[in-house]
Amino acid sequence: MTEFLPLSEAIAKHVPDGASVALEGFTHLIPFAAGHELIRQGRRDLHLIRMTPDLIYDQLIGMGAARRLTFSWGGNPGVGSLHRLRDAVEQAWPRPLELDEHSHAGMAAGYRAGAARLPFGVLRGYIGTDLPKHNPNIKSVRCPYTGEELATVPALNPDVTILHAQRADRRGNVAIEGIIGAQREAGLAAKLLIVTVEEIVDELPPAMNGVLLPHCTVGVVSHCPGGAWPSYAQGRYARDNDFYLRWDDIARDRGRFTEWMERHVRGTSDHRGFLESLRRVAA
Amino acid sequence: MNDYDRDEMMTVAAARMLWDGCVTFVGIGLPSAACNLARLTHAPGLVLIYESGTIGTRPTVLPLSIGDGELAETAACVVPLPDIFSDYLQAGRVDVGFLGAAQIDRFGNLNSTVIGPYAKPKTRLPGAGGATEIAAHARQVFVVMKASPRSFVAVLDFQTSGGHFEGRGKSGARGGGPTVVVTDVGILKPQPGGELALVAVYPGIPIEEARAAVGWPLAVAPQIETIAAPTRNELAALRALKARTEAAHREPVRLPI
Repeated sequence: MTEFLPLSEAIAKHVPDGASVALEGFTHLIPFAAGHELIRQGRRDLHLIRMTPDLIYDQLIGMGAARRLTFSWGGNPGVGSLHRLRDAVEQAWPRPLELDEHSHAGMAAGYRAGAARLPFGVLRGYIGTDLPKHNPNIKSVRCPYTGEELATVPALNPDVTILHAQRADRRGNVAIEGIIGAQREAGLAAKLLIVTVEEIVDELPPAMNGVLLPHCTVGVVSHCPGGAWPSYAQGRYARDNDFYLRWDDIARDRGRFTEWMERHVRGTSDHRGFLESLRRVAA
Repeated sequence: MNDYDRDEMMTVAAARMLWDGCVTFVGIGLPSAACNLARLTHAPGLVLIYESGTIGTRPTVLPLSIGDGELAETAACVVPLPDIFSDYLQAGRVDVGFLGAAQIDRFGNLNSTVIGPYAKPKTRLPGAGGATEIAAHARQVFVVMKASPRSFVAVLDFQTSGGHFEGRGKSGARGGGPTVVVTDVGILKPQPGGELALVAVYPGIPIEEARAAVGWPLAVAPQIETIAAPTRNELAALRALKARTEAAHREPVRLPI
């Protein structure tokens, strides 16, 4: 049975310190509200997993919530650096961060293996790159049929995957529209899947080829409108490209970053409060 | 007026290399501008794949990120990201992959991971993303980078993606590697053996300027072509695309409350 919980209760109940957590969503439907709730509740020692850390992991890393990061591309899309991620790697601020670094193809294979409960993912990949020299998790296997050497990555099975979606119904079926990245695979790879949604409806139309995570795969649904801002929810609100540009300035300086996080994330009680605090600044 | 800047020259030069029907794996920035310029001019049947999962996308404005909503709304289809990398790129269904990087060496190997040692980098860069497997499996790779001795280096700090590295032929790489490097001073192509050589310059740019912009003794092909300046039609299409993009990105986004 899918549980329906307020986001703060879902995080308090299911995401302990030290957990491995994947907040997936490739540019679209990034679960910002859930990431902020992890920060509000002061989670520590998390193993963060995400193909593109994006602003949400920049924030978690800068607030000292993470001990390890599994990722494949750590930039601010279309803008430049993630300054808090860089500061953690280059200067160990506010604490050292272990890296488990991959390519997109490798992480995708890791999620697919995790979703299928296989021990590893296999790909014709990591060719002509120094990555395997620095990441002992990247290994190889000889194909028993052709003799070809293929790259392997361990299955990714996060303790908790958190996704954001447009809609869930009252049984816990989840529908996602638009760019879906590796959300389906990351969701199925998790020991527990939490989904924050824009809207809970009585009934979803039959999905045909649309993406639907059936309720038997969904552990928790939390109603959280606007929960992907400043990323976007196709059909609901657009990506706030201007905020992604402004984040470059906010995150560049440790003091300014900390002040912003204290004021807007730790200083508000929930996602609605967070958005309202930003609206007051904009007004 | 046919005044143009070097960014425009690079974009137009890259666009001209794409052909109608070509399946192209697009990156953000100049490659995205070049691909859409080609689609809006001589190659209307260009198939654009963005790694976020959009196939056959026909955006009216250029995306800021690789996953903007515009890409999904104008795509022929949207597939999960793991499908893009395994069933399209790895399966050999991509004709041309675009790559840029912080550093390139004379064999077209690329670094987008770190400046300095990996364990204690001076500058941590974003990392591989799709680049490693694009470099391995796209039938051809077009590299687009502004030339400077800081970025065109004798020795990479880290090899993120393979160009014409030793042993490429015996590796599992199914693609042909970089076939062209488009810079702001001219165009390089690999010679037999894989080393890049200057094969073309832009109007008004001397060969010496191109050599000075590269941090190794740059080989120069026996015959140097001069690329034709952007046409009025190319410039008009590119500038209109950029103007539409700027106007769209200026539209204020309301907070979702």
